[in-house]
Amino acid sequence: MPSVLVRRSACAVASCAARTLSAPRAATPLRPVYAISGLRTISAWSKVTLGPPDAILGITEAYKADEFEEKINLGVGAYRDDNGKPYVLPTVKEAELRLVSQLLDKEYAGITGVAAFTKLAARLAYSPSSPVLQEDRVVVTQSISGTGALRIGGEFLARWYPYNKTIYVPTPTWANHGAVFRDSGLEVKSYRYYDKATISLDIDGMIQDLEAAPENSIILLHACAHNPTGVDPTPEQWRQISDVVKKRDHFVFFDMAYQGFASGDFDRDAYALRYFVEQGHQPVLAQSFAKNMGLYGERVGAFSMVVDSAEEKKRVDSQLKIIVRPLYSNPPIHGARIAAEVLSDEGLYKQWLVEVKDMADRIIKMRHLLKQHLEELGSTRDWSHITSQIGMFCYTGLTPEQVDTLRTEYSVYMTRDGRISVAGITSKNVKRLAESIYAVTE
Amino acid sequence: MSSSAVEPSVFNVAVAPPDALFGVLAAYKADPSPQKVDVSVGAYRDNSGKPWVLPVVKKVDAVLKDDPTLDHEYLPITGLPDFTSSSAKLVLGSNADAIKNDRVASVQTISGTGANHLGALFLSRHPPTTSSGPTTVYISSPTWPNHKQIFANVGIAVKEYPYFDPKTLGLDINGFLAALESAESGSIILLHACAHNPTGVDPTEDQWKQIAEVIVRKKLFPFFDCAYQGFASGDLDRDAWAIRYFLSKGLELLVCQSFAKNFGLYGERAGALHVVSATKEISTAVKSQLAVLQRSEISNPPAYGARIVAKVLNDPTLFNEWTGDLKTMSGRIKEMRKALYDKLVELGTPGTWNHIVDQIGMFSFTGLTPSQVAKITKEYHVYLTSNGRISMAGLNTNNIDYFAQAVDSVVRTA
Repeated sequence: MPSVLVRRSACAVASCAARTLSAPRAATPLRPVYAISGLRTISAWSKVTLGPPDAILGITEAYKADEFEEKINLGVGAYRDDNGKPYVLPTVKEAELRLVSQLLDKEYAGITGVAAFTKLAARLAYSPSSPVLQEDRVVVTQSISGTGALRIGGEFLARWYPYNKTIYVPTPTWANHGAVFRDSGLEVKSYRYYDKATISLDIDGMIQDLEAAPENSIILLHACAHNPTGVDPTPEQWRQISDVVKKRDHFVFFDMAYQGFASGDFDRDAYALRYFVEQGHQPVLAQSFAKNMGLYGERVGAFSMVVDSAEEKKRVDSQLKIIVRPLYSNPPIHGARIAAEVLSDEGLYKQWLVEVKDMADRIIKMRHLLKQHLEELGSTRDWSHITSQIGMFCYTGLTPEQVDTLRTEYSVYMTRDGRISVAGITSKNVKRLAESIYAVTE
Repeated sequence: MSSSAVEPSVFNVAVAPPDALFGVLAAYKADPSPQKVDVSVGAYRDNSGKPWVLPVVKKVDAVLKDDPTLDHEYLPITGLPDFTSSSAKLVLGSNADAIKNDRVASVQTISGTGANHLGALFLSRHPPTTSSGPTTVYISSPTWPNHKQIFANVGIAVKEYPYFDPKTLGLDINGFLAALESAESGSIILLHACAHNPTGVDPTEDQWKQIAEVIVRKKLFPFFDCAYQGFASGDLDRDAWAIRYFLSKGLELLVCQSFAKNFGLYGERAGALHVVSATKEISTAVKSQLAVLQRSEISNPPAYGARIVAKVLNDPTLFNEWTGDLKTMSGRIKEMRKALYDKLVELGTPGTWNHIVDQIGMFSFTGLTPSQVAKITKEYHVYLTSNGRISMAGLNTNNIDYFAQAVDSVVRTA
């Protein structure tokens, strides 16, 4: 048994956690309320119920409220350095300094955003030599990071996709996918993906489900570093997936939030997207620069579509604008300008690739350390998935009850599906984390 | 390299009509005439016709870039707290009872458009209890062109209330009030807090009181769009008078707030939505539901523009500098209004031109007819929208005489 395991009082955090993570309260019945003027009036909002805290972002809220000093936040997928601090990439900082000293104006970007940014974002994803770029067959619009790109894409498909407006997402998937697509007007169904028993990809189940889905269905694929499981198809498995998608005439929607972050190599992480394009699929892509540029809160992303021709590109572009205009008119310029500066400056670009690789490498190192500590503690479980999974997240296999205990007794915070953000692990907290996990699993 | 032929697209996408305003701007850009004048622009320009980054904003840009404590982490779903709380105080009044009693649900949005959209979306999902039928919004005739699409997009029926009187070039208050009287309980009424876009015609205080009286009595829901606070009169409190008056009447209401113009932050997309409810408990529920809606569209709002605004609003020295910059902008606009009026009077241009100085804010509905507009563009290279709206920001001491002459000419030869 570990000798130095700080077990915190259950009381303080439990009440706080209960407050923030409890189920929504029942609707307050309609009742009169007093307005300033003294008249009894019924509020226009008396039927509005208290919404649930966000599954992921609510974790950080609970963590912040926790007063225990050695608390560990493994909730949201934001990179942390080895001191557990947010990390502003030096190339991003340099780009920002340059931009601010240029004293640029703050005029509106066009509806589809900063042109320099969207062009370079597409090149990064599809590769500069891609025929679809050469043939001017890629429509790109800047978006409010990855979420906004998914939303634009969902809305476009809900309006213009001529077949069943149903999107199939993997089981499990990012907690927000369902809400974004439903709000766009699509129906959301799922396909098998993660095999709990083997803690790896259920490729047979996935292929079967894609085969069984009605022809011309929309299929969401995580391009790399699957969130939340960290389990990615191998190149050979991607080929199988591409084949069944072709066979059933399915339409592909790629979500790529971790290019560069998964393996440390941008081309390798874009393999699936580029392979599918090569194979003649005409996918759409949601692309985020939140993680790989650390631009999280500046909301830098792009939505792109591979289309038939330069002529179709014009028509599609005009309809994307129709979607964006009544949502928010035009996107924020600051983060996009920073990203464009990094992507267009040879020196900054090269250095950026190194910084992203360093982030990916630190995460890989933490995976190894966590597994090592668990094994040293004498855990009888198989923890090899910690190191075989890829990207920011690890699907630990912990149950919701174990997750709750970790939160209330050990001040270790993660989402209830057992997903941990490995980026939140440091060389300083990895031992206590291992001890905590060991304690709830033995 | 791909060797397969390109598959035919699954999409049969029609080309969408281009934005009308965009067409005017494109034509202006393509015009080689050295005398061309762009009075279609909806962004402030200085006297040289250039975009103007407010001195206080430049200062804060420099401070932020050197601040070692800043990073690019996600903001909370509802935005930067220092930003949402100070912007609520700015528009609702720092002593507002609604703020003191935690009855304001504030959410940072993607500028004014984002606030309008989120407000409309909220109303479509949570119709006011006062309404029994399908949710309807009444928008002014005319209004900012994007309003109609914003509401239609979320499935809210759109009706119009009379607003601009082309005979007087002022407010058709009787038509306005009659439309309110005929509206069903729980209908949403979209109101421009100040500096009406596109007409520049604002109700007087007495007229606002009349409007409020009907809204209270008919249980209608006020939806304020506030894109020009401080920019209209130069006085922040004065420009927020209507909103604060409605609050004092005990009304629940909603305010869309943009910092695009009054902070010159256009492309940084700084804005907020404030929903005022009857009780703190209800307000908490409202805010949680706004967060749910926000999460499924953008997750959380962009940080940079909000940081600038928060810094200024929370620092007395910077705040004073900002009010000075506001007076610079609103002052120049007022000067141009006066100069144009004086020139047209001097030229003896047929018609009355008081509306140029009576109207307020960036825009003015000149009264030029579509054919006069076509003529002024073709013969004088003056670019404006066909409804006769001009942006005063496009006028300056270098072009005002030429512009006045051009107006005079097309009016005479109409």
